[in-house]
Amino acid sequence: MNIQNMILTLQKHWSEQGCILMQAYDVEKGAGTMSPYTFLRAIGPEPWNVAYVEPSRRPADGRYGENPNRLYQHHQFQVIMKPSPDNIQELYLDSLKALGINPLEHDIRFVEDNWENPSLGCAGLGWEVWLDGMEITQFTYFQQVGGLECKPVSVEITYGIERLASYIQDKENVFELEWTDGFTVRDIFGQPEFEHSKYTFETSDPDMLFNLFNIYEKEAHRQMEAGLVHPAYDYVLKCSHVFNILDARGAISVTERTGYIGRCRNLARKVAKTFYEEREKLGFPILARKEQLGHE
Amino acid sequence: MSKRNLLLEIGLEEMPARFINDSIQQLSDKIEVWFKAKNIDFSDLKMFSSPRRLAVLVTDVAEGQEDSHEEAKGPAKKIALAADGSWSKAAQGFTRGQGMTVEDIYFKEINGVEYAHVKKFIEGQETANLLPELKNIITGLTFPKNMRWASEELRFVRPIKWIIAMFGNDVIPFSITGVATGNQTKGHRFLGTEHVLGSPDNYEEELLNQYVIVDSAKRKKAIRTQLENIEQDNEWVIPVDEDLLDEVTNLVEYPTALFGRFEEEFLEIPEEVLITSMKEHQRYFPVKSKSGALLPYFVTVRNGDHQHLDKVSRGNEKVLRARLADAAFFYKEDQRLSIDAALAKLKNIVYHEEIGTVAEKSSRVRELAKLISERLELDEETQKAVDRAAEISKFDLVTQMVYEFPELQGIMGEKYALQKGETSAVARAINEHYMPRNAEDGTAESDAGAVVAIAEKLDTICSFFAIDVIPSGSQDPYALRRQALGIVQTLVNKEWSLSLELLIGLSLNLVNEAGIVKKSSEEIYQELSHFFGLRLKHLLQEQGIRYDLIDAVLGSGLRDIPGLLEKADILQVKKDEAGFKESIEALSRVLNIASKAEIIGDINEELFENQQEKQLFNKFLEAAKQEEEGVSAAAFYQLLVSLKPEINNYFEHTMVMAESSEIRANRLNQMAKLATLIGKFAKVNDINVK
Repeated sequence: MNIQNMILTLQKHWSEQGCILMQAYDVEKGAGTMSPYTFLRAIGPEPWNVAYVEPSRRPADGRYGENPNRLYQHHQFQVIMKPSPDNIQELYLDSLKALGINPLEHDIRFVEDNWENPSLGCAGLGWEVWLDGMEITQFTYFQQVGGLECKPVSVEITYGIERLASYIQDKENVFELEWTDGFTVRDIFGQPEFEHSKYTFETSDPDMLFNLFNIYEKEAHRQMEAGLVHPAYDYVLKCSHVFNILDARGAISVTERTGYIGRCRNLARKVAKTFYEEREKLGFPILARKEQLGHE
Repeated sequence: MSKRNLLLEIGLEEMPARFINDSIQQLSDKIEVWFKAKNIDFSDLKMFSSPRRLAVLVTDVAEGQEDSHEEAKGPAKKIALAADGSWSKAAQGFTRGQGMTVEDIYFKEINGVEYAHVKKFIEGQETANLLPELKNIITGLTFPKNMRWASEELRFVRPIKWIIAMFGNDVIPFSITGVATGNQTKGHRFLGTEHVLGSPDNYEEELLNQYVIVDSAKRKKAIRTQLENIEQDNEWVIPVDEDLLDEVTNLVEYPTALFGRFEEEFLEIPEEVLITSMKEHQRYFPVKSKSGALLPYFVTVRNGDHQHLDKVSRGNEKVLRARLADAAFFYKEDQRLSIDAALAKLKNIVYHEEIGTVAEKSSRVRELAKLISERLELDEETQKAVDRAAEISKFDLVTQMVYEFPELQGIMGEKYALQKGETSAVARAINEHYMPRNAEDGTAESDAGAVVAIAEKLDTICSFFAIDVIPSGSQDPYALRRQALGIVQTLVNKEWSLSLELLIGLSLNLVNEAGIVKKSSEEIYQELSHFFGLRLKHLLQEQGIRYDLIDAVLGSGLRDIPGLLEKADILQVKKDEAGFKESIEALSRVLNIASKAEIIGDINEELFENQQEKQLFNKFLEAAKQEEEGVSAAAFYQLLVSLKPEINNYFEHTMVMAESSEIRANRLNQMAKLATLIGKFAKVNDINVK
């Protein structure tokens, strides 16, 4: 099964479970969790079910397109369900079956893995899912987001698309994966992988990036003061991405690192709190609508 | 009375493997305590566990509680009885409240006061009526990490999926987080089905039919047997790491061991790396030949049956290949990094924000190690090895391999140091300076390794105390307690009599010079002595030394540590021998009286007024001389005990607090000198001889 069909299969599966199919969010980010569709929507009492593909940039993992296992940008298929359904493990296993993975022919295990993202003030408990020893999915019950306790709890399922595809297509090299008939990952992402790696490690201008960080940070605070959560959060994401490039570039010493992560976290916490307050002012409309439906 | 079996099974989403054994023990203990507290008879309690369930089977549970009597305490006698001897209102109220009459009252003394009491007969209730209380046992379980799920308030190890609670064929009714109890379990996630139990009696067999080996001891044994079979079939040796076996046992419900292979070229990577990669990341068992060489195979344990094993094996091979290719890449990259370049990088790595960089720490450790090796009078070659090892002890922290496998710090250091032309003594010391790495680990064996190990740990402890990061209660984020114990154990195993107080002083000086210190060095020193004292105290307690003997040996300061432990051992043995009490009493008398005295110059023999003074003085000189020349702890003890007759005679004939101030001062002076000698052994007046 090529990647395109894998994505279609997963979209169909989760859409049938009541998930809204979203498109990738258009600001650079390191993981699907950082999309506002996850980070912000996991906050507060309103129900929320979504699925989307998220291109995720990890500048430090850039290898000029030469390493068979590492990518500057990979793809995650992200599912969020709030509150977490009782049969979520079964729903997940059904999605593997839809991808043609018969559990009786493999060794599928749920191995403890607790997830933490200190720069976003997030923590969760769950597993990594092993398919014949390969970690193909992160499965997490969010306990805290942006420093706020999750009530109710969201469950996050993150499939590593390329990982899973390399298993399904039985390929050793990620660049040889078929995206769709006649197109490999190399055809589509080979050149950007090389150029982004070169940019990250060689031609990027740390001084400019440090400046950008400060500018983005200031703007995030300014928008937050105006109560505009979403524009503010976009700038938080930009801060985070700039920080990741600087970090990969080796431009940030260990001491400074803690400082920058702290600054991102403060922003994220502030945004989380403001988002909650803004939704509360609106009377948590999604929850209110659901309750109304329940009464009718 | 008839009896029934009781089954409680909590079905869960996969629990963390590391929590399962403790959790099932806890559940079983709590149920046992409950049955005993409720006076409900049973014959046996069996525990079962797997990643998805915790279960307890209680056999032959009685249908009802045993009848019992309960004593209730009422008012004091003087209140219970009116002035005319009749029962007061208070007494009548009390008995009424208990459902009894004043006729039932009897008096019983508590702390010298008599109180009215009644003995109530309590009729045993039916067990079935009490069993819903089991709910509180489940919700009262504690885990190292808890979570919430959906909209539930309960914090538990993982979401609860089903609960079986059966008393015989009856379901015990209660519910937790919306999950009602029933008699339906779930088998293996893929091989089994949902399954209704007719009764608790054949739980284990019925689950086996559902592809769950629910007795974890049996599951473990099954894996062990499968590993042995693979060993025999292939003429291999599979060394079984018990921790790994325990973990794997708790990752599967129906184990099937299988093997796979990897490319022989990966054997060029150091064995430790291959093994760590297989064990830590993949939970595989590495495979060796009969002659002990690592072979390009691995064994994994699948959660399932024998179907399609080849597919599972191929998948695992693919994963391991990618991991090993990564490791090979890091190994190759590391070859290009010189030690000097690595050391330069350490200048940019912050050890702790308030303590400074790793390079700064290393340079302090190097200086301290030098001071220690000089005091130990190690030979020149060893001193050189200490110096070089301390200088480069942390260089491997910036290698890619250690970045990827942090648990290989020191181990890669040794490998790479040898490859880069360092002597074997230096390389070994780099590895050993982390020892003991955990509670089970041994201490550094080589002299150079032990010196650097002590210096490194001491610097860590002193630095953190200097910035006021001091372990308290359960808070010890930098494992300073373990490191302090590591220092003590290393000194003991090496039989090095260096004064610990001196070592602390040396290290604190260096930390002080580095400008890290947040408060007065004197205060830090006091806190450090107290901290090390407590470690020694715990160590001696673990060795079964009586508490007062521990206080006595610690009372003489933290100097020669191996000697200190020996003294404690000797006292522990001698305390039961005849004459111990008398000897300690005599020696204590000296210490007690000397507490008022201080040493002022020499003793003036001219001022002696009796023979006993003279005799004690001579005996003291002799003992002091022998101690000065160095004696074993056992000989020291004998030496002090041999003073007993002279001490007793002395006190019989001599008044220390003489009227003449000159004589009094001379006598106190003699007592003080003798006390100093005794105090070097132990603060014997802390010993409890009754």
